[in-house]
Amino acid sequence: MLFKEIIKMALSSLGVNKLRSSLTMIGITIGVFSVISVMTAIGALQYSIEHGISFLGSNIFQFAKYPANVSASGDVREKYRNRRNISYQQALHYYRLMEGEAREICLKCFAYEVKGQAVYNGVKTTPSLLIVGSNRSFLTANAFTLGYGRNLNDEDVELSRRVIVVGKMVEKRLFPHETPINKVIRMSGHTYTIVGVLAEKGTAFGQSQDDICIMPITRFFEDYGEAKRTVNIATQAFSADTYNRTFDKAIGAMRIARGLRADQENDFEIYSNDSLKSAFVSIAGVVRVGAFVISFIALVAAGIGIMNIMLVSVTERTKEIGIRKSIGARSRDILRQFLTEAVFISEAGGILGIVLGIIVGDMLAAWLQAELIFPYGWAITGVLVCSAIGIGFGLYPAYRAASLDPIEALRYE
Amino acid sequence: METRDLTRPRGPIVIDIENITKDYVMGEETVRALRGVSLKIHRNEYIAIMGPSGSGKSTLMNMLGCLDTPTSGRYEFNGKNVAEMNDDELAAIRNREIGFVFQTFNLLPRSTSLRNVELPLIYAGIDPETREQRAAEVLADVGLGDRIHHKPNELSGGQRQRVAVARALVNRPSIILADEPTGNLDSKTGEEIMALFEDLYQRGNTIILVTHERDIAAHARRTVHLRDGLIESDHAGFIPEIDMATVG
Repeated sequence: MLFKEIIKMALSSLGVNKLRSSLTMIGITIGVFSVISVMTAIGALQYSIEHGISFLGSNIFQFAKYPANVSASGDVREKYRNRRNISYQQALHYYRLMEGEAREICLKCFAYEVKGQAVYNGVKTTPSLLIVGSNRSFLTANAFTLGYGRNLNDEDVELSRRVIVVGKMVEKRLFPHETPINKVIRMSGHTYTIVGVLAEKGTAFGQSQDDICIMPITRFFEDYGEAKRTVNIATQAFSADTYNRTFDKAIGAMRIARGLRADQENDFEIYSNDSLKSAFVSIAGVVRVGAFVISFIALVAAGIGIMNIMLVSVTERTKEIGIRKSIGARSRDILRQFLTEAVFISEAGGILGIVLGIIVGDMLAAWLQAELIFPYGWAITGVLVCSAIGIGFGLYPAYRAASLDPIEALRYE
Repeated sequence: METRDLTRPRGPIVIDIENITKDYVMGEETVRALRGVSLKIHRNEYIAIMGPSGSGKSTLMNMLGCLDTPTSGRYEFNGKNVAEMNDDELAAIRNREIGFVFQTFNLLPRSTSLRNVELPLIYAGIDPETREQRAAEVLADVGLGDRIHHKPNELSGGQRQRVAVARALVNRPSIILADEPTGNLDSKTGEEIMALFEDLYQRGNTIILVTHERDIAAHARRTVHLRDGLIESDHAGFIPEIDMATVG
């Protein structure tokens, strides 16, 4: 029998139960969609990362207590928690050792536990401000630009002045009609004079970067405590040429600041674009495996759905099978017919899943500001896997249909 | 009723069965549906097979229609030994040599008349153009030239049975095997269908009619009575008295 005929038959039988066929198809769509969307988004991110995006500003590396990839659990997590904090004293020690060796050295500390809410003249911002204690280098090291007013300076830090540089959001909420410069706002029971406003930065990775306020790190410690805090240190080399030399020197300086003996390991994490890339790649690997397992389960469930619907269909169409056999259909014709229906449901669902997955994955990638990609490999794999599911789960029902006794089948009502 | 042409010369033998038996095993018991039936059917015969239920009539029909194979005995169809054929070979015989007409029409409900009639040609591997043309021709032959795009539920019972007859004819089979073809029709429509069979017979087709109705069997030129899995009588023409006794 001609292949075209089989396809035609399959289509017309599926058309009879449109709802049922579509629902079964959606099962496959979901399974394929989940894996393709995740793979597309990750593929896009990875492509972008491998082709130039940098996590940190140019020629910057950073020291911190915790590693970037904190997905590790149990013992590993415990190991990091038990590390000594990087104290302000150590950070200052490092700063003095590295002075003149680097363009910028940014010491920073975040009050993640405080949901900052600025108040001016009775008007409040949402309690979502990230409070940062730092120095003049924060802007450069974190790719912020000053909108107007002035940046923090060394004197502010030395004298722990009650001055603050605020993000665009604060200006929009509290000072819609006047300049915020030299205005005094209240936050967490303290007062600060606004000296500068950051230029708008927008969102990255789904988080607004304009809900921020930066004060001298010394003031930060006085108002929010110093005892349990760990300082992050970002260092910017003068140029790409001097990066490696600065990097090596910095590690030495950091070891001295931390008081490590020669035989002791570094008890701090080093972030560089390279280390963040590899951290990303390892996270991406975990996410990939996760997506793979989830969609594998979804696809098996969908496959069982196909088998179920095909078995129902075989029972419902017993008479039809009897008629076809009585007028000369061979068992293999019947087998092919039912198998084609199963494969068709599976393929149609799969292709829909691939298309939706690529669209959503690329939308995700666009939102994360990554390059858009078309994952050919995954698309082809998707089609092949769907054929395999259709054949795998459609074979038994099709075999049942094909092996029906024509006399019994004709008698069936 | 037309005159019966008993003088017509006999054609070559199409069906030759000799001493066939069929046993069904049902649990502990073995039911002997056919106990040794021998029958020769020539080309262009019009034969009625009669018998009460349980006589083995359906079993014999399934056997003649190559839907089933005998437990023992010899069955030759156009000189080919059917008793030893496998399922695929039987399917090919059904497709090319036998045209079934059923009591309940057995059309595919969601396909048009044309598609229903085309079906045997699809399984015969005929190309689409030839197929459609031949199906349309045969439908016109049975008087449904204007109904080829109707679905079964848009047709009357008589029209449905005509589609079924067209489907039986489309592959130019050696025999037409009709199982109670008028059982689901009123008597007037039934007569129309029987007139169609008469016409097909006159045009040289071989017709095997399986029925328990005397007036339907009366159209045939030869009547075989079955009882308890054996042939009770085999007569040229139609013998009402015997039939009366059989149907009771």
